[in-house]
Amino acid sequence: MSKMEIRLAGTGGQGLITGTIILAEAGIFENKFVAQSQSYGPEARGGMCKGEVIISDERIGFTKVTKPTFVMALSQLSFEKYCFGLDEDCFVLVDETIDVPKEYDHKKFMKLPILATAREKVGKMQTVNIVSVGAINKILGLCSDESIKEAVLLHVPKGTEELNLKALYEGAALVK
Amino acid sequence: MGKVKLMQGNEACVEGALYAGCRFYAGYPITPSTEIAEGCAVRMPQVGGHFIQMEDEIASCAAAIGASAAGVKSMTATSGPGFSLKQENLGYACLTEVPFVLVDVQRAGPSTGLPTSPSQGDVMQAKWGTHGDHPIIAIAPSTVEECFRLCVRAFNLSEKYRTPVIFLMDEIVGHLREGIEIPEDGELPIVNRAIPADPASAGHAYATKEGQTVPVMAPFGMGQRYNITGLIHADDGFPTNSTDIADSQVKRLIRKIDDNLDDILSWEEKDLDDADVCVVCFGGTARSVYSAVETLRNEGVKVGVFRPITVWPFPAEEMRRIAGKVKKIIVAEHNDGQMLLEVQRVTGLYDKIGFVGKVNGTVITPEEIVKAVKEG
Amino acid sequence: MPSKLIDKYFREDHLPHIWCPGCGHGVLMRDVAQAVENIGLDKDKVVLVSGIGCSSRAAGYMDFNTMHTTHGRALAFATGIKMARPELEVICIMGDGDASAIGGNHLIHAARRNIGITAIVFNNDIYGMTGGQYSPTTPYGEKGTTAPYGNIDRPFDIAKVAEAAGATYTARGTAFDAVRTTKLIEDGIRHKGFSVIECASICPTYYGRKNKKGSAVDMYTWQKENSIPVEKAKTMSPEELKGKLVVGKLSEDDFPELTEQYQAIIDRVRK
Repeated sequence: MSKMEIRLAGTGGQGLITGTIILAEAGIFENKFVAQSQSYGPEARGGMCKGEVIISDERIGFTKVTKPTFVMALSQLSFEKYCFGLDEDCFVLVDETIDVPKEYDHKKFMKLPILATAREKVGKMQTVNIVSVGAINKILGLCSDESIKEAVLLHVPKGTEELNLKALYEGAALVK
Repeated sequence: MGKVKLMQGNEACVEGALYAGCRFYAGYPITPSTEIAEGCAVRMPQVGGHFIQMEDEIASCAAAIGASAAGVKSMTATSGPGFSLKQENLGYACLTEVPFVLVDVQRAGPSTGLPTSPSQGDVMQAKWGTHGDHPIIAIAPSTVEECFRLCVRAFNLSEKYRTPVIFLMDEIVGHLREGIEIPEDGELPIVNRAIPADPASAGHAYATKEGQTVPVMAPFGMGQRYNITGLIHADDGFPTNSTDIADSQVKRLIRKIDDNLDDILSWEEKDLDDADVCVVCFGGTARSVYSAVETLRNEGVKVGVFRPITVWPFPAEEMRRIAGKVKKIIVAEHNDGQMLLEVQRVTGLYDKIGFVGKVNGTVITPEEIVKAVKEG
Repeated sequence: MPSKLIDKYFREDHLPHIWCPGCGHGVLMRDVAQAVENIGLDKDKVVLVSGIGCSSRAAGYMDFNTMHTTHGRALAFATGIKMARPELEVICIMGDGDASAIGGNHLIHAARRNIGITAIVFNNDIYGMTGGQYSPTTPYGEKGTTAPYGNIDRPFDIAKVAEAAGATYTARGTAFDAVRTTKLIEDGIRHKGFSVIECASICPTYYGRKNKKGSAVDMYTWQKENSIPVEKAKTMSPEELKGKLVVGKLSEDDFPELTEQYQAIIDRVRK
């Protein structure tokens, strides 16, 4: 049985909840069971923010992430809160701006210039979630390029399609 | 079966309502039910229906009842504080027998409480929140798919029995996104309230034939021209101080539900055949329970689930039957023990019933339920 | 033999009404029937909604689709009816406490939306059904059972409140002047948007006795002598108008009606 428990954490406004919705959509395209939820409330409007999605071959009981298999942190605070005490097999992805202490020894660990890619290569900070989705799909192999493209297009505002597809591509390109 | 779509519980509730034929929504913004209002604002005019954002919760409940009196299936949705405000006109709809669906996406209370946190603290309010003796049906969905399908059922029961139905959601299912299969048109039955063949000569609106408990009346505008009042009334819809009529009217309202339990009640039983322990749960909490049961079964613990889907009326007979078979019952709910009271009451058992509850706004985890079952 | 108006518009088996001898509400109820007759509305398409209080009983006596709702909420129920079935003619009868205290929020918002409902307020300046407590329209200094030393709240001018909130037709009539009041109600029903007709009623039993206003006849006489037609009021100073009832059409505007605007949305987005 395959079950992925994915948590994306960062700052309100980075669109990470939409990011998890897109990943859930990709799961649906792959005929998986999905459960997506988020931390709601004032923290979703500027403070710390977290979105979660479970993608599984089997029906999902409990809908919240309990044993993450993938965590992404885009802010220092979210790194400190969510990237410790994880299972060995959990994959941790952080932005290159995160100050990771020398003694941090999580094995499956990757640092990528996600924020910089959105800001400089794509040219729009708001696309940081789509850059992330591109990178995550490349790392996890959730679905085909076509499916992830379709999932993105379902959840981005009209008129921003081209920009977001560029973000998706640039995100994927970060993962060598 | 249609294609699987990713949908949020609150959105599925909107789509279920539309599928059921709901064409009027009145509401007031409140977390965590706001997506239902937002969804209806977009969708209602697309299907020729009407949406209105009222000045407050009281007014939105009133407007929904008004629309239904005029023959249009209607809905309003809210959460905790708004549910308190809607109680006034909920009672009005019970007594006047105007069908409508009242959605309560429960959040942590009391008062403004924790607006974005899950809770199931409105179980007893759903039953007893409006004053006076009255019937109520309350249905609690546990999945996004059920947010759709059971919303259709809520409308059907409301129309059939001419009574308000509370769709008792919670933040867990309301804000959850899952894949759901949208039923094709015609796949789920749709019930419309019975109306007289010739409204103009139909006579007393609230008259019921021998052996029947639900009156047959036409919506406003079809020529029956009757009176609706929140005062105790006779068959003709006019106020009366007759103690006999008061007695027979209130008792008929209650019998409307009590005499039709076979049709109204629904519940889920899971892994109970050989179970020593039964976990009783409803709504979003069931999701934690399913995971806990899976873990426990893998460890060889004989545990099963009883999930009332109609929280009100409570499936009392079924609860008693199960209680007679298992060694232990654990009630798990996001409150300080509300359904627990009902389980204790209907089974008459107290020592045999354990409880897992939470009032801190966090979800009950599968581990907490596993622990409770193991500790007995 | 009952008059033709009673025969046609009243549920005779539910008469006589419960109102006290001399109460102005009966006259006002008749004015409503006369206005409907003058317009020639189809009774099956008229919905009369009321709240709670003495005024609200009018709904039960009149042979339309009638809905006697909860205290203060008549306009909220009526909004649902009108919005769901715009083809129905929706009329609300409310009392002063009903419309402007517990229902004040609904009144201002119905006015703001300009929904095509006719709101008729039977204003007797007192809570009659509960036995004479002061209301939001009880004049300053007057007494009620809950204002035993005189009312220290400033009263509402309901028509003015409605106009300020956006009602596109406001008027004031009196129980005394049935001819004028009937015409004002008729015009209010004909008006497309939200209309408010404040009808000065009298309550000889509670308000009258408590404030030593004499008999019902004395109170009607007071209305007669203190009514100032709106045209004449324009020539008078605020000092001269103090304590007077300015009667007639007070305001009219032609902002688009709510359900028509919503229909335009439906026409635009319907799939």
